[in-house]
Amino acid sequence: MEILITDKQLDEVLEDVFAIYGYDFKSYAKASMHRRINRLIAIDKFPSFAEFRYRIRTDKDYFHRFVEEITVNVTEMFRDPAFFNALRTEVLPAIATKPFIRVWHAGCSTGEEVYSTAILLKEANMLHKTLIYATDLNPDVVEKAKSGIFQLDRMKQYSENYIASGGKADFSSYYTAKYDRVIFNEELKKRMIFATHNLVSDGSFNEFQLILCRNVLIYFDKDLQQKVFDLFDKSLDSLGFLALGTKETLRFSPFIHRFRQLDKMKIWRKIS
Amino acid sequence: MAQDQLNSKIVVIGGSAGSLEALLDLLPALRSDINIPIVIVIHRKTAPGSPLVDVLAIKSSLPVCEVDEKEPVRNGHIYIAPADYHLLFEADHTFSLDVSEKVNYSRPSIDVAFESAAEVYGAGLTGILLSGANADGTHGLMVIGELGGVAIAQDPDTAEISYMPEHAINNHVAHHIMNVQQIAAYINAL
Ligand SMILES: C[S@@+](CC[C@H](N)C(=O)[O-])C[C@H]1O[C@@H](n2cnc3c(N)ncnc32)[C@H](O)[C@@H]1O
Repeated sequence: MEILITDKQLDEVLEDVFAIYGYDFKSYAKASMHRRINRLIAIDKFPSFAEFRYRIRTDKDYFHRFVEEITVNVTEMFRDPAFFNALRTEVLPAIATKPFIRVWHAGCSTGEEVYSTAILLKEANMLHKTLIYATDLNPDVVEKAKSGIFQLDRMKQYSENYIASGGKADFSSYYTAKYDRVIFNEELKKRMIFATHNLVSDGSFNEFQLILCRNVLIYFDKDLQQKVFDLFDKSLDSLGFLALGTKETLRFSPFIHRFRQLDKMKIWRKIS
Repeated sequence: MAQDQLNSKIVVIGGSAGSLEALLDLLPALRSDINIPIVIVIHRKTAPGSPLVDVLAIKSSLPVCEVDEKEPVRNGHIYIAPADYHLLFEADHTFSLDVSEKVNYSRPSIDVAFESAAEVYGAGLTGILLSGANADGTHGLMVIGELGGVAIAQDPDTAEISYMPEHAINNHVAHHIMNVQQIAAYINAL
């Protein structure tokens, strides 16, 4: 029978990680943490929970593996084409008249969404006056995002998503293929700034017209979600937009009265 | 985790190809005053908010809704797992969603939902595996059994596609093998 850690053991690991490495995962939703840690213990063949805990406490490299494995980095270009269509047709036109635009992708993972947004901005003829800040707590994914290099075999799906989101150009004109990889055009990358930023512990660092934070908050408990909403509220320009994942909501936030939701979309606009 | 929750009951139903037919027979056969949550995890391609919820709601006298993240798991409700997310259960009886890697080529994966429910509900959980052409669900039924819950496989002779329940039966993880009417009677008696 495989090892299934208890709530108490989970708390112990997360306390260790916070005390020793300063990463605070204590307010993450527990069910996913349980599953990721059970899985990691199984993959790395630890004979007991105690040995797993000892390894994390004493081996910094293993701690990096822990962060890599317990945070979920799965992402896609133009995931939920209907969402990107709404960005294209409703959000970008509403901010297009600004002389200078700042966009923040919080929890950008390996960057697929960031390049998607850059393509939309380019097609709306807004990219040249926009800076896209892309942040994640995990330095490894931020490095990957910065490289702009993705697997060639994903491009068929991404191209379909792009077309479903209302894209009219030839998707392959945005990258150059080499062997089994593609690299996205320098023109897109030039307008991006990558950095590590932890939504749990780091503060507001600029004012944005658009903040996207999709499929990150599902991993946080309700209190941490509120804290992050507060951070986004502080970081949004008046009349700025906040975009969440398909199953995430601002509905239970105390700030909800300051926002108006776009029809059927997980996009809210600040109204005061 | 299970110890303090021994009194809460829940039914989690997993299905893949051919399971919609079984659900369309099952839901109308359920009592309208059932007082436990029923959670349905089926493989589907469509985007969240697809007509699946409406199709099932028409057949049921209980409220049917697609799961929202952090939503409480309420008795007497039928919940449908959203497409493209794994469905997890929190110890405080709320739902969590997760976009991590597919499991058994599937997201939502039935194994993932069964295992997470088993950890929270222990002996209070009944897991039911319906028709399908995939091996998803077998491992989850095993974990359900190990943590004291009840594992049921649809009788392969009555399933549109027998592979999935048969796979569980061949791996000796099913406590009961039942047709849809027997499954309905079992749930009604919980
Ligand atoms: C599932 S990915 C979402 C990627 C992308 N936004 C999407 O929807 O496709 C979740 C990302 O959130 C990041 N993350 C988790 N906790 C975080 C935190 N406290 N601060 C910043 N990023 C975090 C993870 O490292 C991971 O890359």
